[in-house]
Amino acid sequence: MKVVVTSIGESLDSQVDPRFGRASTFVLVDTETGETESIDNSDGARAAQGAGIQAAETVSGLGAERLITGHCGPKAFRALQAAGIEVYTGASGTVAEAIGQLKSGGLQLSTGPDVGGHWG
Amino acid sequence: MIVAIASGKGGTGKTTVAVNLALSLPGNVQLLDCDVEAPNVHLFLDARPEGREVVGIPVPVVDADLCNQCGECSRLCQYNAIAVLGTGVVVFPELCHGCGGCALVCPEDAISEVMRPIGVVEDSRSGSVHLVQGRLYVGEALVPPLIREVRARSCEEGVVLIDAPPGTSCSMIAAVRGSDFVVLVTEPTPFGLNDLMLAVETVRTLEIPFGVVINRAGVGDDRVKEYCAVEGLEILLEIPDDRRIAEAYSRGLTLVDAIPDIRPLFATLAAAIEALPPINAGRAAGKSLAHVHP
Repeated sequence: MKVVVTSIGESLDSQVDPRFGRASTFVLVDTETGETESIDNSDGARAAQGAGIQAAETVSGLGAERLITGHCGPKAFRALQAAGIEVYTGASGTVAEAIGQLKSGGLQLSTGPDVGGHWG
Repeated sequence: MIVAIASGKGGTGKTTVAVNLALSLPGNVQLLDCDVEAPNVHLFLDARPEGREVVGIPVPVVDADLCNQCGECSRLCQYNAIAVLGTGVVVFPELCHGCGGCALVCPEDAISEVMRPIGVVEDSRSGSVHLVQGRLYVGEALVPPLIREVRARSCEEGVVLIDAPPGTSCSMIAAVRGSDFVVLVTEPTPFGLNDLMLAVETVRTLEIPFGVVINRAGVGDDRVKEYCAVEGLEILLEIPDDRRIAEAYSRGLTLVDAIPDIRPLFATLAAAIEALPPINAGRAAGKSLAHVHP
């Protein structure tokens, strides 16, 4: 299972970035093999508008099936849904801890955006 | 002759100047209310409606059968209005600026365009004044395309007055660009001065001749006048701070109708506008009045 966690750094020990579209980095974790990869999102973070859509496109392009972040706005959620990506919000701590929260069922699967547009 | 009435600061009296100037000019005048987010000229003119047209911007529609998700459209779009997500392309029409680029770059010709309504342009007439107003639908964010639609309806002959939106952002520029003269309305307060300076900088960049109207003269301080003197800006008119003006305004009355002794002030402004060099005399002639710096 490929999972993307929004982060302010590049490793499993980096803190989760609560923002999705304007997160600085996406950490891609393969929960079966334990492999990780970090993807720079500084271009997306600087987007004039639609940062969440651009981020969803990036995450979709990585082949991720799940996204862990802090919050997700309406357009980003619509884009992630279109891409068939499950969204888990409310994550905190490090990337590794967020993955742990997902595995232990500590994160709720989102059925809609949890913040308004332009939250981040 | 196109004259735009603009200001850096909102609430300085653009509409008051535009409406009363329109009524003070001889002959027929066209008045374009380009403050499409809050058009209010109609409140002061008992105008008879003559027409209404819905206007929109072209937004993409993707034919899923032709699309191969190559992503060219998404890479081109600076506004993230179109994205390749999973096995399809999703359009976010509310983010689209209507440039048409996605349809042009699509190698599969999978993108066509449909009009997305963003507002209306309404025509009405009151005596010698032909009012054209743009009204943006609530919730819409794209202002300049609607302003351009209003501007596109300016008549070729006679005086066209433009009531511009406040500020110095793209909507103000869309309303002011291409006009022959700009009347910058301000008030003698610190905010009025600060925003006048921004507006002067903007209009100079656009290389349009301009003059200044000081509204509510008597309040605040002398710094607007000092600034105008230092910069060599012509003060076309000073409208006194007068409670009767506020009362007339609050009742939706024009000043030239409600307060007879205000009429000569606007007659002076009208004469100044009429004395402007003819359009085809070129910008150079106008510069002497406007003091456009190189």
